[in-house]
Amino acid sequence: MNVRRVESISAQLEEASSTGDSVEDELEMATVRHRPEALELLEAQSKFTKKELQILYRGFKNECPSGVVNEETFKEIYSQFFPQGDSTTYAHFLFNAFDTDHNGAVSFEDFIKGLSILLRGTVQEKLNWAFNLYDINKDGYITKEEMLDIMKAIYDMMGKCTYPVLKEDAPRQHVETFFQEMDKNKDGVVTIDEFIESCQKDENIMRSMQLFENVI
Amino acid sequence: MAAGLATWLPFARAAAVGWLPLAQQPLPPAPGVKASRGDEVLVVNVSGRRFETWKNTLDRYPDTLLGSSEKEFFYDADSGEYFFDRDPDMFRHVLNFYRTGRLHCPRQECIQAFDEELAFYGLVPELVGDCCLEEYRDRKKENAERLAEDEEAEQAGDGPALPAGSSLRQRLWRAFENPHTSTAALVFYYVTGFFIAVSVIANVVETIPCRGSARRSSREQPCGERFPQAFFCMDTACVLIFTGEYLLRLFAAPSRCRFLRSVMSLIDVVAILPYYIGLLVPKNDDVSGAFVTLRVFRVFRIFKFSRHSQGLRILGYTLKSCASELGFLLFSLTMAIIIFATVMFYAEKGTNKTNFTSIPAAFWYTIVTMTTLGYGDMVPSTIAGKIFGSICSLSGVLVIALPVPVIVSNFSRIYHQNQRADKRRAQQKVRLARIRLAKSGTTNAFLQYKQNGGLEDSGSGEEQALCVRNRSAFEQQHHHLLHCLEKTTPVGPGSLLSSCCPRRAKRRAIRLANSTASVSRGSMQELDMLAGLRRSHAPQSRSSLNAKPHDSLDLNCDSRDFVAAIISIPTPPANTPDESQPSSPGGGGRAGSTLRNSSLGTPCLFPETVKISSL
Repeated sequence: MNVRRVESISAQLEEASSTGDSVEDELEMATVRHRPEALELLEAQSKFTKKELQILYRGFKNECPSGVVNEETFKEIYSQFFPQGDSTTYAHFLFNAFDTDHNGAVSFEDFIKGLSILLRGTVQEKLNWAFNLYDINKDGYITKEEMLDIMKAIYDMMGKCTYPVLKEDAPRQHVETFFQEMDKNKDGVVTIDEFIESCQKDENIMRSMQLFENVI
Repeated sequence: MAAGLATWLPFARAAAVGWLPLAQQPLPPAPGVKASRGDEVLVVNVSGRRFETWKNTLDRYPDTLLGSSEKEFFYDADSGEYFFDRDPDMFRHVLNFYRTGRLHCPRQECIQAFDEELAFYGLVPELVGDCCLEEYRDRKKENAERLAEDEEAEQAGDGPALPAGSSLRQRLWRAFENPHTSTAALVFYYVTGFFIAVSVIANVVETIPCRGSARRSSREQPCGERFPQAFFCMDTACVLIFTGEYLLRLFAAPSRCRFLRSVMSLIDVVAILPYYIGLLVPKNDDVSGAFVTLRVFRVFRIFKFSRHSQGLRILGYTLKSCASELGFLLFSLTMAIIIFATVMFYAEKGTNKTNFTSIPAAFWYTIVTMTTLGYGDMVPSTIAGKIFGSICSLSGVLVIALPVPVIVSNFSRIYHQNQRADKRRAQQKVRLARIRLAKSGTTNAFLQYKQNGGLEDSGSGEEQALCVRNRSAFEQQHHHLLHCLEKTTPVGPGSLLSSCCPRRAKRRAIRLANSTASVSRGSMQELDMLAGLRRSHAPQSRSSLNAKPHDSLDLNCDSRDFVAAIISIPTPPANTPDESQPSSPGGGGRAGSTLRNSSLGTPCLFPETVKISSL
């Protein structure tokens, strides 16, 4: 998805780095502005209607007048939704999942792309997205370490005030269970096909995929 | 906050898809959500100025007026908009809160008005954003202080009205604290002031050397030793007065412990103690040295003047409130003195016959130099000493100049606060008078209404015409309400005036009940007496009035207008604010009304007067 104009003043500064620090600081304060694609284009590329896009954009623009969400803001938002635990790690992973072009900022297009898959996409697309989330280094394989990181992040979000109190190695056990189910050829990694196949066999997962459809 | 969360909620819920493959148990079903109607634009009409906003914007804060269903009460179906009869300028700030999530405080508006708007729209003041929060709090605190001062001033200003039955102690304390309440207190105030002055002057004069008429001794003696008896008598008299005053204050104080600990009482004690200690101590040379030192404390009597002077009190209060700045000044000075004294001592050590014999001896030089006094009794002679000496004098100027503006501004603030308090007290009196006048206006309107026959049960046409003056609907209903109240409550004392026709007695009693309702019990006793002149005992109820014998009919009272005219004469300048509440008979009356109401009583007793007034 092309971004029409990314006026990143800091990027321009990197080219003209001869000026002193104070001037750089002042210019960095100037907003990084970003304008999204036209409404029709977005409508064609996502599964939202025009009205839905309008509502989404208005809310988005209100919260982020500069047009992009950076990781700090992302983490703040999540910490408000999950106040009882520490959601920064999971927010970090989510940010990377949303930020498909890896430029350190989630623009409105990225936002819509992600939401379109999650809310209006097929089961296949959703599973694909989930795989992308778990695959931290985006190499196409989910290793046990990656899964452990993800699991710990989720358990961190729960916080310490659970009942019954979760044991220290609960994430590890969960990972073991997960790999037992998903890793068909027992090679220690889960590929995208194994993942999709195993999930499609699991009834619980299939049913819960329909849960978050009516979010908008 | 809610604005942000509402926007990101789909985000957060969508991201939960990431947990789905990992869930080991089935996840709970989603809550049924009503079909989103899409966003619509609402029009909010505030006193003619139209504000349009998305419905979602207002829905962000569901516990406010605009965010909840409460706004439906203000919906005007004809125009399809929400109409609020409030200040549109203030509404702008309220609406911006919904839009941005931050409530800003307008700089040029009254903070009270802003608070009222917030209360109306259901916003708590804590929502004021950080940028404006400090200013908002400051202004609010200032307002609250001002109002508290107003109340205090009101209470203090109502001083003269002492509750009846206050003890001697309370009256005495009151006389001490507010000398202007009674002449005796004022006299006492001036007498004590005079004696303080006399005592201080005597202390000063007794040290002046005065030459005796006979030059017996070439040595000049101070006056105190030439006329010991005279000075002793003066001292005794002053101390007696002061002791008496102190004991009286101690007796009258409502809280003796607190009085004993107060600054003024300590000053009093310190002022009179030396005399008594001097009496007790025998006059031998060993102790007389200490005795002489004690006499120094007599000078503290001058502080007793602070009861008489407000300026002195302000100064004392300022110093107390600037304690930290003064402390800083002292501390920095001390540091500088020690440093420079040490340096000067070592610089001048080499010189023989130098004044700088030790570091403490150099302290004197440093202080004199830093305060730019420069007595010249100690001067450095070495070059190093002179250099450091000049540095010392320059730095002294700086160190002393720094805390002084703070102290000065503090004093100025407190002084102006005091001025403002005095001014406000004067304005309060005018305001109260105006309020009383306004209240009397309503009462008079009611009386006019009644005398015009508004209370007539069966009114003829012309009576109705009399009633319908230019009275607003509100007035009509108000008067009807008062009338109902009168009918409900058996107003006893008002029916005292027996000399009225029984046919009209009921009405008259009502009218008189209203006008005499404000009369104090004292004046009602008088009316009783007046009424009792004609009959043996005064009836206490309206029914008994109706049953009166016809001998009281010899007054020509068949036209109620006459009596009405009589009644309307004395009442115009209203006496108390309670007149509009006729249900409280005898409440809040003052002695002044006695005369008026007795004049009210007399016309009914003398028929001639009635005839005259009917002309």
